Amino acid sequence: MRIALLSDIHSNLQALRSCLDDAYGNGATRFVFLGDFVGYGADPGGVIDVIAQYVAEGAVAVRGNHDEAIYGSSFYMNEMAMSAINYAKLILTPMQVLFLRNLPMITRENTCCFVHASAASPEKYRYVDSPSAAQRCAEASDLPHTFCGHVHEQRLYFAAPWPRMTVFRPMSGVAVPVPTHRRWVALVGSVGQPRDGNPQAAYAIFDSERVSITFCRVPYDHHAAAARIREVGLPESIAFRVENGV
Amino acid sequence: MASDIDMRFLESLAPGSEIDGFRVIGRLHTGGTAYLFSVEVTDRHDPGFPLVMKVPKVGRDQPSESIQGFETEAMILPVLHGPHTPRFVAAGDLARLPYLTMEWVQGAGLAAIAEGAPLNESRIVTLGAAVADAVHALHQQNAIHHDLKPDNIIILDNGTAVLLDFGFAHHAHFPDFLAEEKRFASGSAPYVSPEQLTGSREDPRSDIFALGVVLYELATGKLPFGVPDTLNAMKNRLWASPVPPRALVPTIAPWLQEIILCCLEPYPTSRYQTAAHVALDLRNPGQVLLTARATRIERAGFMVQLGLWWRSRGEQHAPKRKPQALLSQSPVILVAIDTSHPDDARHPALQWTARQLVSLNLDFRLICVSAIRAASMGEGGGIADTSSGLQLLHKVRLRNWVVPLRLPAHRVSLHVLESRDPAATLLEFAKSNNVDLIVLGAPGPSETALSWWRSAASTVTANAHCSVHVVRVPSRSRESWKAASNSPA
Repeated sequence: MRIALLSDIHSNLQALRSCLDDAYGNGATRFVFLGDFVGYGADPGGVIDVIAQYVAEGAVAVRGNHDEAIYGSSFYMNEMAMSAINYAKLILTPMQVLFLRNLPMITRENTCCFVHASAASPEKYRYVDSPSAAQRCAEASDLPHTFCGHVHEQRLYFAAPWPRMTVFRPMSGVAVPVPTHRRWVALVGSVGQPRDGNPQAAYAIFDSERVSITFCRVPYDHHAAAARIREVGLPESIAFRVENGV
Repeated sequence: MASDIDMRFLESLAPGSEIDGFRVIGRLHTGGTAYLFSVEVTDRHDPGFPLVMKVPKVGRDQPSESIQGFETEAMILPVLHGPHTPRFVAAGDLARLPYLTMEWVQGAGLAAIAEGAPLNESRIVTLGAAVADAVHALHQQNAIHHDLKPDNIIILDNGTAVLLDFGFAHHAHFPDFLAEEKRFASGSAPYVSPEQLTGSREDPRSDIFALGVVLYELATGKLPFGVPDTLNAMKNRLWASPVPPRALVPTIAPWLQEIILCCLEPYPTSRYQTAAHVALDLRNPGQVLLTARATRIERAGFMVQLGLWWRSRGEQHAPKRKPQALLSQSPVILVAIDTSHPDDARHPALQWTARQLVSLNLDFRLICVSAIRAASMGEGGGIADTSSGLQLLHKVRLRNWVVPLRLPAHRVSLHVLESRDPAATLLEFAKSNNVDLIVLGAPGPSETALSWWRSAASTVTANAHCSVHVVRVPSRSRESWKAASNSPA
């Protein structure tokens, strides 16, 4: 079975639709959404509706810090992020907010653990941005495959037989074997707001039969997504990020 | 992974036993980290070539490299292709059925051939260029072998070299399980490059160093740095220069010593940048630019070595360039020049294109080729009608063509090919020299004198193994240029 892993959609409906189409084209039959569905972008409601539909049909979704900020604490956010949260609070329906409230923090399934930030205290939203952070995440997950978002860049951490982890920068479109005798922490990248200088939407596909992970990049109309952000009156800096992938 | 499972798996590998659709015929070899069995298929698709099954030595008393190596090879071998690597057939799960089945490459082992070293010059060139071709093919696929040595090289009857054992290999598209390994473990002591000793796993020029050790071994019967048994003993190659091959075998030609010592430079940037460049020089000894390396008969002086030793302290080799990226900056460019028509209007256009192309690249090789009609005996009586006379005439014209580009001599080579079928000759020459780009002139619209080129240009474009850049001089501007040059000033 091929499982599509999509994270950090950030209210970018154009990018989400393009990634879902690409995932179907790559044979995905199951979908996992790794959090941060709202924030930054122009279409938080549209994105939640699409994901809620998938969840109703059996997809997995976990909660990200931007999702929590809609109804919970957001004191740590910068002005740019905060303006998008306030915008979303204004336009989201009570049902859409309830969907965010009911999301689990972490989900485990067969060899896989799904979480937005780190499996080590997921509610603290710590970045998996170093081998030692990845090691703590893998130990807390206690499963061979841990899939995370939050970092907005695609990375694959791996270890075994010793605990120390090593980072690998994956190539788009290459199926990397991830055998179960090792521990793997995959950061699947961001659908709606990539920050590695490449504006193409990012997601990943886990193949549970071949036991491999393929990191994908999907070109989409990022200029249109940026235009939508300007159209609804969100800060220019958010539009600039989406346009340039920074 | 419990070792008792592994033991049972190994015991089950007696001749006649069946594993995962393969029947064991017999044990071929017991190596340091793995067993090799010859096998045949029972109930799976027959690939149509003989097979070997590699089974890693696993268990509590075995080194972890055997598992790391097995896993690395099982990951990299399936994505490699071409005639220089064994074809992958199947792999078993490491925890349950650790095996790797691949093509049984049948030919002469280079290790057995190297026992006859010192070999004669033509044999070194043939073998060395074949191995360099294989290394280049691997680098083109973004992989680095890291354990190049005669034991891992098979020479087929047709002369092709096949590389075996990818247990230490690195592939830019996959995680590197050995990146965190003990450093001296990755590679074989006599062949390992200086930068591998300081932890580099991403530099394809490490294989160029090992290729240099293999060439040295074939030429002299000795190893340039001996067989060191400790990491410290291995580290002398960071600064020490080896005994020049000509000091051991005085009959070795200076150009061959130049090639070998250039491969063995301690700093990757001072070596050949690609194996294709090594093959090119081996096949064209007359074009090798000789430096002080060529005639050296003693190691570098004490002060030079002291300087290198000082420089090597704290040296960190860590280039972050994928093998393909390095190759794309070190292209072999072939320019076909019609020296039979020295006044052709396309010559300046070709020069302009060549100038542009080489200005984009750091470490190019420019091969200037003139394909001329073979001299037929009995026609005329002048010196230009003999083969050597023709060669000389056209080589001079090639030289005249390339001089205005003002390129360093070691980046340029000149070749006059005599042929009745210039297109086929150009294609063959380009392929055998690992050319990345062919540049040639488009046929002129009304130039009947050049009509044989017309078909040559289109045949080359249609059949080349690499990219082809066709340079066309717009006919109108040529007419006006001719008109302008004919009109009185």
